[in-house]
Amino acid sequence: MALRTELREFILRSYLLTRDESVLGDSESLTERGILDSTGALELVLHLEERYGIKVQDDEFHPDNLDSVEKIVAFVERKRI
Amino acid sequence: MCGIVGVLAVDARAALPDLGKMIDALRHRGPDEKHDLRSGPCALACARLSIIDLATGGQPMANEDESVWAVHNGEIFNFVELRAELERLGHRFRSRSDTEAIVHAYEEYGERFVERLNGQFAIALWDVRRQRLVLARDRVGVRPLFYTRSRGLWLFASEIKAILAVAPEAAVLDELGLAQIFTFWTTVGQRTAFKTVRSLPPGHLLVLEQGVERLERYWDWTFPVGSGRSDLSMEEAGQALRALLLDAVRLQLRSDVPVGVYLSGGLDSCGVAALAAEARAEKLRSFSITFEDPEFDESAYQRTMAEHLGAQHTSFHCSYRDIGNAFPNLIWHTETPLLRTAAAPLMLLSRHVRDSGYKVVLTGEGADEVFGGYDLFKEGKIRRFWAKQPRSRWRPLLLARLYPYLAHSPVANRHFAQRFFGQRLEELDNPFYAHLTRWTVTRGIFKILSPELRAVLETARPEEELEAQLPSGFETWDELGRAQYVEIKTLLQGYLLSSQGDRASMANSVEGRVPYLDHRVIELVNGLSPRYKLRGLREKVLLRRALAGLVPERILTRAKQPYRAPECRSFFESGKPLPYVEELTSASSLRRTGYFDPAAVGHLLEKCRSGRALGAADNMAFVGMLSTLLLHERFLRGNAAVTGKSGAWH
Repeated sequence: MALRTELREFILRSYLLTRDESVLGDSESLTERGILDSTGALELVLHLEERYGIKVQDDEFHPDNLDSVEKIVAFVERKRI
Repeated sequence: MCGIVGVLAVDARAALPDLGKMIDALRHRGPDEKHDLRSGPCALACARLSIIDLATGGQPMANEDESVWAVHNGEIFNFVELRAELERLGHRFRSRSDTEAIVHAYEEYGERFVERLNGQFAIALWDVRRQRLVLARDRVGVRPLFYTRSRGLWLFASEIKAILAVAPEAAVLDELGLAQIFTFWTTVGQRTAFKTVRSLPPGHLLVLEQGVERLERYWDWTFPVGSGRSDLSMEEAGQALRALLLDAVRLQLRSDVPVGVYLSGGLDSCGVAALAAEARAEKLRSFSITFEDPEFDESAYQRTMAEHLGAQHTSFHCSYRDIGNAFPNLIWHTETPLLRTAAAPLMLLSRHVRDSGYKVVLTGEGADEVFGGYDLFKEGKIRRFWAKQPRSRWRPLLLARLYPYLAHSPVANRHFAQRFFGQRLEELDNPFYAHLTRWTVTRGIFKILSPELRAVLETARPEEELEAQLPSGFETWDELGRAQYVEIKTLLQGYLLSSQGDRASMANSVEGRVPYLDHRVIELVNGLSPRYKLRGLREKVLLRRALAGLVPERILTRAKQPYRAPECRSFFESGKPLPYVEELTSASSLRRTGYFDPAAVGHLLEKCRSGRALGAADNMAFVGMLSTLLLHERFLRGNAAVTGKSGAWH
């Protein structure tokens, strides 16, 4: 499954507890929507590390890299290179 | 200390219900004896837990000429002094009980009798001459009292189940009540989880006379600015507080049966234990809960304190499975959905206390509300400080000082913490400023509601209803006082004193007492400057000063760790939900009950089952969902067989 599709599905399922694609846009801020808080961000990082075999450094654990589906996709793609 | 019930016929043709059915529903509150009285249109009954005047303190209790009768759940701690005063005024007592002081005080002072009482109580008083029923509840809400009007009758009882026993038509859940619970953790004001059943608010009287009801407030928490004893130095205030706490504990040790103490290991309960040891010479008996999960366990501090006092100390060790098994029975007792499991270990602890031969315990409840102990208060302070310069890079770094006791802290990552705690930063005039982030997290449960229920709850305005109940002058109080008031009117009254306090202990016929909530202590501290409570980010400054020398330094200087218990993990074993959980959350059952969306619940269950539910939002959603389903099953479907034991339905 494409990375973007897979990540969207993870966010919807884990944080919004739904499969309804229409409730979240790829560029929407997850923190401003109240979808992602600190604990949720920790869950996300754990998932990314486990699922994609990447290591998220302390200074990378930041909304700039994780605050929207688009940003997460770009971040994971960068880390996998 | 008891369960009380009663009826007043408004319509002379109304048939009085079976009082026996009502009082039998409260046997757990009063297993020692039960009696009732019929007087014209009124009937009263009491199931007694005998604590003071075991031989002649039976209820209902009357005055000299039997023109005034009362039933009473709780204790009047100043009954000795009150009795002396009333005897000097010519009243004649026939027993040694505290309940008798009530009827003579009413004779002497009329409805204002309640202002003379220092205690924790729910009272029903029948004035035969005036044909007037007076219901009264203590100032802070330690003892419960519910009432409803049905079929030409007023019905009242210590617990809703006694009302439902004779008025089953009242078993209808209040959706607006659910909106409050899924925001504030509790209903507020007079609302309960049941649409037509009302709670008598703390600090109130309800007078029923000639078909008319009159609700009167006689006391409330206030945080006067610049009044009271704000001229006291910290040293003087500490001494005054210590003397008052010692007197409160001395009064609350009054009992004809042995009294133990709960030791959580925190400053508050250790303080109460130390004061109890000061107040009387006998060896102290203490009880604690220990947990297999180190995040929640405080046994090292408990042992330190017990050894310091030379107490005879025992613990109940609580496993995840214990909580999961006890939860259905807990909801039977709390009569409301819960968002936390913490009341379950306390209910199990009270069984251990009872099995140890004790009926009464002192607890440290209320200190965080009175003395400004919660991290929530610090959070409000930090956000206000940050709001003065929202672009500041270092002000929000103070957030790192919050919630250090959480394994998965909301402040663990400062960037996300700032995004989260920075929301609604500018709403400085919002009366609920300190509670905004907590309520946002709590409302996470809305994600799993059925579309139908979600549509109803999203139009409810629980904050508006709470705001309408704020007292005049609220906006003139200091920020800490405002936050304390909101916390008291939600979490303390509606959850900590009720579900986690009265219900958890009365489930096993154990009476808990709360010296920190002696109204004299409250009034002293409320009149002091907020810096006596929260100085910078140091909490409970004055209480620490008052307890210095009584409590070991290690505990005196310990950072706040609120009592908590394992949450959704308690309901899974070997990766599978406990059988009753599986049954209640099946898609077919969820569709039948209609509160929650099966697909969303499925995703949440998967998160919980796999151990990925790390945060408060998911755990509260799970516990809130399960308790709502149990409430429905037990009270609306009348299914008394739902149980956690052995994982079977039977």
